[in-house]
Order: sequence, then C-alpha cells, then structure tokens
Amino acid sequence: MTEAVFFYTFTVLMLVSAGFVVLSRQPIYSVLSLLAVMFCLASLFVMLGAYVLAALQVLLYAGAVLVLFLFVIMLLNLEPERLARMRLFTLRSVGTAAAALFAFLLSQVFELPAGEPPLERVPAASGSIESVGRLLFTKYLIPFELTSFLILAAVIGAVTLGRRSPDE
Amino acid sequence: MITVTHYLIASVLLFSIGLIGILTRRNVLMILLCIEIMFNAANLMFVAYARGWADVGGQIVVFFIITVAAAEVTVGLAIAILLSRQLHTLNADEVSRLKW
Amino acid sequence: MVDEGAVQLLGWTLLFAPLAAAVLILLIGLRRKPLAAGLAIGGLLISFGCTLLLFLHVLRQPDALPMECSIAWIAVPGFTVPFGILIDQLSLLMTLVVTGVGSAIFIYSLGYMAEDPGYSRFFGVLSLFAFSMLTIVLSNNWVQLFMGWELVGCSSYLLIGHWYAKPSAADAGKKAFMVNRVADFGFMLGILSLWALSSPSMPERTFHFHTLQLRLAQLTAGGAVSAAALPLIGLLIFCGPVGKSAQFPLHVWLPDAMEGPTPVSALIHAATMVAAGVYLLCRAFWLFEALPSVLTTIMWVGGATAFLAACLALVENDLKRILAYSTLSQLGYMVMALGMGGVAAGMYHLTTHAFFKALLFLSAGSVIHGTHEQEIWKLGGLWRSMRWTSLCFLIGALALAGFPGLSGFFSKDEILVLASHRSPALYGIATLTAGMTAFYIGRAWFTAFTGKAHGHAHESPPVMLGPLFLLAALSIAGGYLGIPHFLGEHQAELDWGVAAISLAVVATGLTLSWLMYSRKLVSARQVVQALALPHSLLQRRFYVDELYAWYVEQIQQKLIAGFCAWVERVIIIGIAVNGTAFATRQAGRFVRRLQTGQVQTYVLVFLLGVVCFLALGR
Repeated sequence: MTEAVFFYTFTVLMLVSAGFVVLSRQPIYSVLSLLAVMFCLASLFVMLGAYVLAALQVLLYAGAVLVLFLFVIMLLNLEPERLARMRLFTLRSVGTAAAALFAFLLSQVFELPAGEPPLERVPAASGSIESVGRLLFTKYLIPFELTSFLILAAVIGAVTLGRRSPDE
Repeated sequence: MITVTHYLIASVLLFSIGLIGILTRRNVLMILLCIEIMFNAANLMFVAYARGWADVGGQIVVFFIITVAAAEVTVGLAIAILLSRQLHTLNADEVSRLKW
Repeated sequence: MVDEGAVQLLGWTLLFAPLAAAVLILLIGLRRKPLAAGLAIGGLLISFGCTLLLFLHVLRQPDALPMECSIAWIAVPGFTVPFGILIDQLSLLMTLVVTGVGSAIFIYSLGYMAEDPGYSRFFGVLSLFAFSMLTIVLSNNWVQLFMGWELVGCSSYLLIGHWYAKPSAADAGKKAFMVNRVADFGFMLGILSLWALSSPSMPERTFHFHTLQLRLAQLTAGGAVSAAALPLIGLLIFCGPVGKSAQFPLHVWLPDAMEGPTPVSALIHAATMVAAGVYLLCRAFWLFEALPSVLTTIMWVGGATAFLAACLALVENDLKRILAYSTLSQLGYMVMALGMGGVAAGMYHLTTHAFFKALLFLSAGSVIHGTHEQEIWKLGGLWRSMRWTSLCFLIGALALAGFPGLSGFFSKDEILVLASHRSPALYGIATLTAGMTAFYIGRAWFTAFTGKAHGHAHESPPVMLGPLFLLAALSIAGGYLGIPHFLGEHQAELDWGVAAISLAVVATGLTLSWLMYSRKLVSARQVVQALALPHSLLQRRFYVDELYAWYVEQIQQKLIAGFCAWVERVIIIGIAVNGTAFATRQAGRFVRRLQTGQVQTYVLVFLLGVVCFLALGR
C-alpha cells in the first residue's frame, strides 16, 4: 500500500517535471526540472532495490551532467526560446501524435506472463553495492576498463572541439 | 499492487515525453536535455527488468549507460559551443546544411 | 532445245535485270549520264531479250506453259508467302508489251531528256519502275503482286514529280499517290479477306493464285463460304484497278499526271502501269467469274469511265491532256470488256492500245521537244515542219479512232461485238464513245498539225524518231499478229453488222471534226454557245475535283484531322506528356520538402519508420 503511494507520487512528479523540461521557455527552468526528474528517478530506483544506482544517479547525473549543462547555458547566455513559426508538417502536432502512437505501441509490446508476482515477493537483495561491485569487477571487468578509454576519448574530444583555433 | 509493468509504463511515458521534446524544441541544448530524459527512461526500464528477473546485470548496464551518457553530454556540449561560435546560432531550424 | 534450268534462269534474269540496273545507277551512275542511260537501256533490253527467248521457246513447245518457279520468301509457321515467277500466255504477252514498248521508250528518252539536269535520276527511277511492273506481271501470289503494285505507285510518284521544283508537278505526284492509296486500302482488305477465307486453319492459308483458285472452288462447292462474302471480296479487290487504272470516280489523278515528262506519260500512264489494273482483272478472273453482280458493276464502271472521259476530252486544249483523257476512255473500254467476261478481248485492246497510245504520246513529246508548246491552239501546220512526227501521230490517231485495217480497229471491234451480245445499253454507249473518240482526236490533229503555223518547229533527232517508227509499224500490224489466238480464244468471225455501225460512227466523227476545225464550215463557237451548260460542266470536269477538295477540306481536315489534332494537343501532349512532367515535378517538389536539412525532421521521419515497423510486427 505504501509502496503504491510512493510509486504514484514519484512517478507523477517525475512525469510532470519532464513535461516542464519539454515545455518551459527558459533554459534554466528546463535544467532545473530535469534535476527534479533525476531525483524522482533515484527514488524509483531505491524502490526497485537498486541502491547503488540511485546514489550514482544523483552523484553523476544530477551532480555532474546537469551542472555541466548549467555552466554551458550560462556561458552561452541563452535567451528564452521564442515560439516556433509554422514549420514543415507542423512539428508540434504531428510530432506529438507520432510520439503518442509510439507510446501506445510500446505499451502493447509488454506481454509479461500472467500471474507475475508482485514486487514485494521477489527477493530484493540484489541491488546492494556489494553485489553490484562483485559483478562489475568480475564478469563485467573488461567493459568497466573500457569505459575509461571512452571517457578519455570524450575528454580529448571536448577539449579539441572547445578550444579556440590558433588563427581566431 | 505495483508490478514491474507499472514501472515499465512509467518508463515508456517518460521516453515519449523526451521524444516529444526532441521533436519540438528549437534550441540545440534543450534537445540534448531531452535526450537525457530518454536515456533515463531506458535506465528505469533496465532497472525494472533487473528487479523483475532478479538479475543484477540490468543494473550493471545502467551503470555503463550513465557513464556513456556523461561522455556523450561532454562532447555534445562541446559541439554546441562550437556551433554557437561558427554559425552564431543555436536554433535547430537554422542549422540546415544536412541536405542537398 | 531449252531445258528447265535455263528457262528458270531466263525468268529470274528477266525480272531482276532492271532492278540491278537501278541499283547500279544509284551507286555509280548518278554523275555519269551516259553510264546511267546505258545501264537502264541495257537492263531493259536484257529483259526484252529473255522475254523473246521465252516466247520463241513457247512457240516451239506450246504445251510448256504454264511455267512456274518460286522460292519461299516468308516462311513463318502459320504464314507463308512465296516469291516467284509465273509464265503463262497472259503474263508472257504482258511482259512482251512492257519490255518491248518500254525499251522503245527508254531509247526515246535518250533524246528527249538529253538536256535535263535530272537525267541519271530519271533513268534510275525508270529502271525501278520496269522492275516493279515486271514484278506485278510475273508474280504468282497476291503479296508479291501487291508489293509490285505499291512499287509502281511509288515510281509513278517519283516520275510525275521528276521536276520536283515545280509546285504543280509535286502536287500532281502527291495526288496520284494519295488517290491510289485510297484504292489500295480496299484492295488490301480484299487480299487479306481472300487469304483468311482460303482455309479455316492458319498454316494452310495461302496467297498463291493457283492454289487459291482450287481452294475457292472446293469451298464454294462444299458450301463453306457465305453468299455475301465472295461478292464483297470481289468488290474490294476491284478497288485496286479502280485506282490504278483510273476508273471513275478515282480517275482524277491521271490528267494531272501529265505534269511528268512525256516518256513517263507514254510508258506509265498509257502503256503499262495503268494497264496493270486490267491485267489484274484478267489474272484474277477466276474470282469474278462466278459473281455476276460484281461483273455487272465492273462492266458499268468501265462503260461510264469510257463515256465520261471521252466527253471530257472534247473540251481540252492541252495536247497531252487530250491524250490522257483518251487513255482514260480506252481503259474504260478494257475494264468494260472484262466485266463482260471477255478476258482475251480486254488483253487484246490493252496490247494494241499500248502500241498506238505510246506512239501518240511520243509523237506529242516530239512536238513539245520541237516547239516547246503544248496547247493545240498555239500549234499548227506541223505537217509541213515536222513531217515524220506528224505522220506517226496520224497513224496513231487513226488507230485510236478505229480506222479499218489498223490494230485499234480490230481490238475495239472485239469489244463492241462482245457488248452487243451482253448489254445493248452499253453497246450503244460504247459506240457513241467511239464516235466521240474519232471526233476529239480529229480535232487535235486538224488544229495542231494542219492549218497555219503559229511558231517555230524543228524535227526531232533520229534517236527519238526510231522508236516512233517502230511503234507506228506495230500500230499498223498489230491486228494481224494473232494475239487473241495466242491467248487461247477462238478467233470469231467478223461481225459485219457491228463493224459497219462502228465504221459509220467513226466516219461521222472524223468528218465532223474536219468540218469544224479544218474547213471551219461549222463554227465551233456557235456549237459551244448552243451547248453552253454541258460545255461548262465539261470544262469544270464534272466538278469531281471540287467535290474531293470540299471533302478533304471540310470533313477530313476540319472534322477528322481537327479532332485528331485536339486529341493530340489536349490528351497526348497536355495530359500524357506535360501532365506526367507536371505530376513528376509536383511530386518532386513535395518530396523535396522532406529534406529540410534539420535534424529534427529526420528524427521525426525516423520515428515514423520505427512506428511502421512495430505496427507491421504486430
């Protein structure tokens, strides 16, 4: 019962915040709404038993990625977005419709076997840092190491792209 | 009762909202933001399935997704800065050179 | 003794020598005038030589005929057409006429066309014509005959329009071709119907004359052919001769064809090509034999043509035009004879007509060559200045009129006898026409050759006079060569009654013309004023040309061609061509909008694609 309350609260909050991300004119408001989405999502992770991920979500996403966004927005001094003019296919309407259809179809894809047990009955021990760490450093060690390369590449790329060219 | 399906539906809805955002926002940075929403929706789905099938591997995947998303945001923002410098605009409508 | 292989060789050489000459002239002779003339004359003389050899062979061995040799030209399963040579009395006689008279006219052209810039071209097309005519005469099946038919039409067009820079000549060539086209349409329908009728199964159908004759006899005996089919086919096939032999109402091209050089008029439009229609009727007579309605039609068409053409010749002032209408009239006689069943009589008159009409035309050509004048009122007194030419013309004129003893008398008499037995009405018309013939040719003779000289005239060179003498001799002796006997008809006894009546009529005509135009005792002007209405009708040539012009202008051009032009403009060009281009452009314009260059558009399209995939996957 309580789980249902929590679930619906956080989910609605999350979706409303996501709506704000999409709909608000000011870029700062969008970023802050996304922050709210992150937090709600972290809560949902906790409810699903993924404690490590919830922490990582807040640390990395909310703490690093969104901050980076904020900095760039402040750097570029973005103005509020004006209303879009009439574009080809009226992107608003058609895009929305397409997305709705997509959502509908996706929901149809879910055909989990009937009689699946409610989540309380499923053992929830899996999401602790111990189990995640164990798996990460044994079975998924190589991908783990490779991500360092990925990050290195991203850093080099960002620096290269971001610096001013010598003749500017 | 809250089953895995509930979480999945929530994930789908979040994904759709992100999708709408991508299609309708005009600022390039905002588009990047909406991509982040989509990433997170995928993360939620992974975690939900990890719980549903009692497999931690789903969470490991999310770990990696977060890492990759961070790297991608880095490079994406660098590109956005470059865009604003070269074309002096961040309006996605005006960046229309990807055609004949 | 001549054996089978040699006979075949003679036959093929006979047919192809003129074609070889034409091709050689085209390749190497266009700049070399003597070579072109030599090739043409040589080719036709070779044909004439082969014909003579064949003729001698046949005289010695009368039962050698009919001879036939052919190759399978088109041999597709279900459709076979042979190409061959059929030699029997009919074709042998016709070949003699074509090659003999043709050779004379070729030699005459050496002198007549000497100054002409298109000399080599002339001889080349003449050789082509000779080949085409021989194809018609020697063919053993309908398709080959039709091929020759069309080729002579083409050669005629080229030769009528020989002086193509002259608008009237070019128009005359076109007119001849188009009128023949109309006729040949019916002709072709007739041929194809006959082919289709020859057998219910495709592979057994045939174009071959002899085979068709047997087949048709079988079919009619067995009752497999409907009563209406054969007369219709007969009429359709008769359309060909109506066009080619210029019968009424498709006679309008022949007088205009006089725009061509005189040797052309002599050879094509007097002696041979226009006679091809008559030849066809003889060749295919087995088809018409059992169809009395068709024969009656043929008879009356011929009779009407003979009479009406003679009327029109009465008011002509151009020497060649008089001769042209005279040709029309005599062709009418031949067709009428065929309609009455007299195959031998028709061919007999065809042969003698070839002699004296070619003689008349060549004499007229000689006059034109010597005086550069064609109108009879501007000529006069040629008897003194061009003695030989005038003599030849006189012989020809008398033969045409039917002066006793000359060839024309005998052949025309045969026809009149036939008419007197078959149809009294036509006999009366034919006799009246004979009188008119005598009158108009007398008018031409007295006006142009006697009386006061109007201009300067000099006699023609021997190369032109030689053929004239030859033809004059044939015109005189033609009645004694035994042509009907050769064709297999039992020489009938001379019918004194008919002969007497025709002599009286001829004498009347000649005397009347002498009185009016030589002695001027009867005033021509008063006669014209008395018969003003008929005279004007004749002068306008019964308004037939006007009628055709009206039809072409109002109905064909405005209605039919206008409708077709509308279809072309609106539907084909407007809708199909321009419309397709417009639709393509619009579609392109629409599709181009997809490529906005904006990433969001592409994402949307991507999304739609994914949705479609998912939907299909369901």
